[in-house]
Amino acid sequence: MLELKNIDAFYGNIQALRDVSIKVGEGEIITLIGANGAGKSTTLMTICGMVPPRKGEVLFEGRVLNDVSPEKIVQLGISQVPEGRLIFPDLTVQENLDMGAFLRSDKDGVNRDLDQVFGLFPILLERRKQLGGTLSGGEQQMLAISRALMARPKVLLLDEPSLGLAPLIIRQIFDIIKQINRESNTTIFLVEQNANQALKVAHRGYVMENGRITLEDACDKLLANDAVKKAYLGL
Amino acid sequence: MEYFLQLFLGGLSRGSIYALIALGYTMVYGIIELINFAHGEIYMIGAFMGLIVAGVLTAMGWPTLSILVIALIIAVLYSAAYGYTVEKIAYKPLRGAPRLAPLISAIGMSILLQNYVMLAQTPDFLPFPRLIPDLEFMGPYANFLATSDLFIIITSISVMVALTMFIKFTRMGKAMRATAQNRKMAMLVGVNVDQVISVTFMVGSGLAAVGGVLIASHIGQINFAIGFLAGIKAFTAAVLGGIGSIPGAVLGGLVLGWTESFAAGYISSDYEDVFAFCLLVLILIFRPAGLLGKQRSQKV
Repeated sequence: MLELKNIDAFYGNIQALRDVSIKVGEGEIITLIGANGAGKSTTLMTICGMVPPRKGEVLFEGRVLNDVSPEKIVQLGISQVPEGRLIFPDLTVQENLDMGAFLRSDKDGVNRDLDQVFGLFPILLERRKQLGGTLSGGEQQMLAISRALMARPKVLLLDEPSLGLAPLIIRQIFDIIKQINRESNTTIFLVEQNANQALKVAHRGYVMENGRITLEDACDKLLANDAVKKAYLGL
Repeated sequence: MEYFLQLFLGGLSRGSIYALIALGYTMVYGIIELINFAHGEIYMIGAFMGLIVAGVLTAMGWPTLSILVIALIIAVLYSAAYGYTVEKIAYKPLRGAPRLAPLISAIGMSILLQNYVMLAQTPDFLPFPRLIPDLEFMGPYANFLATSDLFIIITSISVMVALTMFIKFTRMGKAMRATAQNRKMAMLVGVNVDQVISVTFMVGSGLAAVGGVLIASHIGQINFAIGFLAGIKAFTAAVLGGIGSIPGAVLGGLVLGWTESFAAGYISSDYEDVFAFCLLVLILIFRPAGLLGKQRSQKV
């Protein structure tokens, strides 16, 4: 469904991705793990059209996304929950969710999805009129996920949703991610440093080091892999 | 007391013009963090367009009030087109360049527009017709407030209320706020940021044109250089209120208008600019982010 083929990407003159190839099938949860600065976020930004690749191809449902604008990519069905959540601090919770549905014109569908995300995260309904910047970290993460869901994406890209959150909230967030995947058959591309959790949730995983994919396998095999255990699981 | 009220209302009228122009500075700064130094020239061009329309319609014998309305509308559209073009020519190619580059480009644009109008329209002051008639029911109050002041106050307030509604409730308004708060995230939810920037320039320029036509009709003469001082004053107002903040621009404009009016009334009109800029210096010392501006902590 979504495929990266031999991607090279740069920030100025600094190469961030080297020959990266990743395949995501429909309905799958895949995860990309790796250390800080390995190029995980860049991979997501490349898919979203924010950091266009210098070499290689991003394919989505058979279409090349390389030169497609970020807003068009959202319209095609790819939404991102970026690292650090990037909530609009001076918009209310409701307005943040409205922004998620910015490109949609089907009012009924939007209202239905609004009910759905309030079902997933009832706390957001309570905080509906509050400014986004006043929410706690966990609530902001919930809002960021909900905002992405409001675009009704086919593929949901999540960048370190566990960053800076308490263990209990992390578990709750990962449960919801599984639930979203199961109930609406949304394909999920999860980037994480919290490898242990991510490999438990996902079906397949990729390991990234210095901008290269060094390993790819089913998650149970990665969890049993000695190198992965040593480098990412602290075992 | 009567004198005080007179100065108060005069300051309100003057301040609401500053506020109209300051809104353009602050909205543009909020979205792309650029001080648009060509904004005063857009105001001046609005006033000239008003003069041209007024000249033509007066020759055709139209009633003054309808001339005013049409002159305002055409000046707004014309200035909006200028704002749009200036952004596309002078700022858009420099997106992503170091911040000094678009700033220099803005100053260049300001000089270019001034000189272009000077060559096209002569450097002399041209008389601007009084488009705001003295209304009869204002007769008893004429000591406090001229009809043109009343008209300026009412028009400015209506325009600002309309702007607030636009920003608060429309889709484009929400996109503008989202872009100002986090441009990257706005792009990730599908906002066309280029379009938002264009609209911001057009709206800001339109507001400046309203100010330009109203004040030109009030004062009665214009030339190519009027945008300079008006631009600096409005910029002061925007910084005073907290640049990037829309209510701040309005508040800053009014505070500046009152400061000037009271300084001129109680001390000497020679000193009104001195007080205006002293106020700016004081605010910058004691509240660097402006009256309603947010102190942003910078992450390192």
